[in-house]
Amino acid sequence: MAREIGEVILDLRNISLRFGGVKALTDISFDVKEHEIRAIIGPNGAGKSSMLNVINGVYRPQEGEIVFHGERRCDMNTHAAAVAGIARTFQNIALFKGMSVLDNLMTGRNLKMKAGFLQHALWWGPAKREELAHRAKVEEVIDFLEIEHIRKTPVGRLPYGLQKRVELGRALAAEPKMLLLDEPMAGMNVEEKQDMCRFILDVNDQFGTTIVLIEHDMGVVMDISDRVVVLDYGRKIGDGVPDEVKNNPEVISAYLGTQH
Amino acid sequence: MFYRETGQFKTTYAADQQIFPIRQDRIGMLLLLAVAFVGIPLFASEYWFTAILLPFLIFALAALGLNILTGYAGQLSLGSAAFMAVGAYAAYNFQVRIDGMPVLVSFLLAGLTAAAVGILFGLPSLRIKGFYLAVATLAAQFFIVWCLTKFPYLSNDSSSGVISLPGITILGFAFDTPRSTYLLVLTLVLLLALAAKNLVRSTTGRAWMAVRDMDVAAEVIGIRLMHTKLLAFAVSSFYCGVAGALYAFCYLGSVEPDGFSLDMSFKILFMIIVGGVGSILGSFLGAAFILLLPIFLDISLPAAASMLHLPFDNATVSHIQLMVFGALIMFFLVVEPHGLARLWQIAKEKLRLWPFPH
Amino acid sequence: MSFFFEVLIGGLLAGVMYSMVALGFVLIYKASGVLNFAQGAMVYLAALSVVGCMEKGAPLWLAIILAFAIMTAFGIATEKFVLRKMVNQPPIALFMATIGLSFFIEGLAPMLFGNDVRPLDIGLVDEPIPAILDAFNIVVSRFDLAAAGIAALLVVVLALFFQYTRVGRALRAVADDHQAALSIGIPLQHIWALVWTVAGFVALVSGMLWGARNGVQFALTFTALKALPVLILGGFTSVPGAIVGGLIIGASEKLAEIYIPPVMQSMFDGNFGGIEGWFPYVMALLFLLVRPEGLFGEKHIDRV
Repeated sequence: MAREIGEVILDLRNISLRFGGVKALTDISFDVKEHEIRAIIGPNGAGKSSMLNVINGVYRPQEGEIVFHGERRCDMNTHAAAVAGIARTFQNIALFKGMSVLDNLMTGRNLKMKAGFLQHALWWGPAKREELAHRAKVEEVIDFLEIEHIRKTPVGRLPYGLQKRVELGRALAAEPKMLLLDEPMAGMNVEEKQDMCRFILDVNDQFGTTIVLIEHDMGVVMDISDRVVVLDYGRKIGDGVPDEVKNNPEVISAYLGTQH
Repeated sequence: MFYRETGQFKTTYAADQQIFPIRQDRIGMLLLLAVAFVGIPLFASEYWFTAILLPFLIFALAALGLNILTGYAGQLSLGSAAFMAVGAYAAYNFQVRIDGMPVLVSFLLAGLTAAAVGILFGLPSLRIKGFYLAVATLAAQFFIVWCLTKFPYLSNDSSSGVISLPGITILGFAFDTPRSTYLLVLTLVLLLALAAKNLVRSTTGRAWMAVRDMDVAAEVIGIRLMHTKLLAFAVSSFYCGVAGALYAFCYLGSVEPDGFSLDMSFKILFMIIVGGVGSILGSFLGAAFILLLPIFLDISLPAAASMLHLPFDNATVSHIQLMVFGALIMFFLVVEPHGLARLWQIAKEKLRLWPFPH
Repeated sequence: MSFFFEVLIGGLLAGVMYSMVALGFVLIYKASGVLNFAQGAMVYLAALSVVGCMEKGAPLWLAIILAFAIMTAFGIATEKFVLRKMVNQPPIALFMATIGLSFFIEGLAPMLFGNDVRPLDIGLVDEPIPAILDAFNIVVSRFDLAAAGIAALLVVVLALFFQYTRVGRALRAVADDHQAALSIGIPLQHIWALVWTVAGFVALVSGMLWGARNGVQFALTFTALKALPVLILGGFTSVPGAIVGGLIIGASEKLAEIYIPPVMQSMFDGNFGGIEGWFPYVMALLFLLVRPEGLFGEKHIDRV
């Protein structure tokens, strides 16, 4: 394997998040190292998606701090996160349904495109060159994900599994440093899951992208992730390499229930 | 049989991203342009220019403006006519108050003024969505028309805001015949339509559509919602503003604020519903349809009534017109929400495969 | 000062009328998620049906029943031919369809009953109440007060209907989640037809009151434009919001009409009357900037 796990690049310290009176996350700390695949697991309602939302600034935690690439902030905002190189996919696919696969992927590159709207209106000079250069980049992602045949299809018409793949593609088109995947394999059949696993491992391996993922399929999680953090009712109950977590009594009781 | 792309291979991304990637479409477009620029000026009568072609082009431009905002950026507006009014009055003021102001520059400034006003009324879109925003745009509709009526300065102290527009002279050439005015409007509208097409196939347009389809996801990949929405309001209002200036200068020659009514805003909205929400071509198709329909009814209804020996008066014609408009809008929304543009697309797809069904 | 109170009370009472139209919007929005732009046209149709039937010789009570029958038929037809076929479309498309519906009614109603302005006598007179005039020197219209009473009664009846009947419970279920309601066997289509009928009834009551006050005429359709800022202010789903919003809009509009134009006149030159067309909208908008969810709306958290 080409990749080597590096230093801590994302450090979450004592994060607490409330919605009104509901505590979604309570005093959670964990870190993510460069190039690793970090999984967040836990029963439904444990606060996993909220955790991702905190990392890329969709939600603002009331307490705690986030350190990304040595930069410390009390909360992220979505734009800053995108600029810093964090891309993500969503639990319920959040593609742009009226646009083609190609256009969806092209939006992933919008931060890298510098031409102004007046240049766009003229479709001339720098704007056109830029558009074509980025198209070439996007085509690489299309090749990588093997979706050449549907590049001009409106996303809304695609089956679920392919939509998930396109959503990954949109995130990849941004050439992110860190990729947040919210249940990338939910609702897929075995074959699709295998494909998706392969893509995730390839991304991690070839581009060295750090990956934080939420997944319910324990087989997959234990297989592909380097370290796992376990949440339950908004609290952290386990953290470590897969084998460690598997044998953590608190984790076992959260998943299987305890005997009283 | 003749309409097919077999053998037309694209070897560069530039070739693949043309506006008309299929050769037959390009030929068709050239033919259409030839007809519009040469055929029509040679053969059309004055009635055609003043009653059909000019309003068609001008409303197509306004519909294009609304389509950018509603069809592409997903922000429903019920105040397009008000932004046309801003354009008309701004162009008038620039003409009257600044000596030697070239007409085309005053049109441009009129568009920019409308864009500025559009941004102002687009500000609520940062906090509110959907119906709330649609209702908020009504504020623009009523407030702007009221201002134009009540502030005498804006209409150069004419009573109740009526303004009469000066003739158009560009570089010494007076556009004083319907034919020459038509050619001027046609050129401007086509250039602006081309610019709109370029916008919607570029990063700008993709950002608009992204915000329309899923704003949270758009934000997460780094699209700034505020910037994108306000730009849509600005560009849309620019188009409506220029359309308003053309409406006043090239079509009517004299306008009053109340002419830019809520009904007119609705009519422009109907154009994009019938023509196709989120389609440049649709704006043109819709404008043609909505403008021709009343003319058709005016001619056909009395004839039909006299054939059937029914009593008939003018009030009935206008009532039937309202009903037909209403029914048509509901019909399109139920049967083909993407309008005539989608039907045209389906027809082309069928044609590509003809004579085979699949 | 008594002039101020006179304007205030007049405004509040006018606001009650706005509330009633807004109520029709809220009913349909709650049950089907549709902002029904045609509510104003329905008010027109209802009032026109009443005077139309009376012109053909029907007594008032019969005319009201006939008008209600027309509104019912209309509600059912709308559900059957429009709403049912647009179930899967985005709400904004449904909203545009109701604009179409509004045009349709605006053509249909005068075709059926004629389009000239006609008075409607429902036994209430628009004159000051002497007792209040004597005691406080304030003009309060008997008609407005009665209208307010009728509106209050209507709200109470509707609230009871929603809270305590089986149909009302089904309505609230549908409002919460169409699919979930369908899956437990609530007949969605009947509910929608029903709610349009109830909205038609509200339109009938408000149409008769407005019509009795200002004459039955095309301008009744503009009541929708009066009610929309009320909705923004009060929230699209809130019955109390519609009431309170109506009162606020009514009062502030009348006060603004008295106190703002003179100020503007002294600042600029000219006549600045007629601000009631836009003032409620601008006010509602400014309010939204402070509180986007409206007076009684709930804060919405986006889940991703």
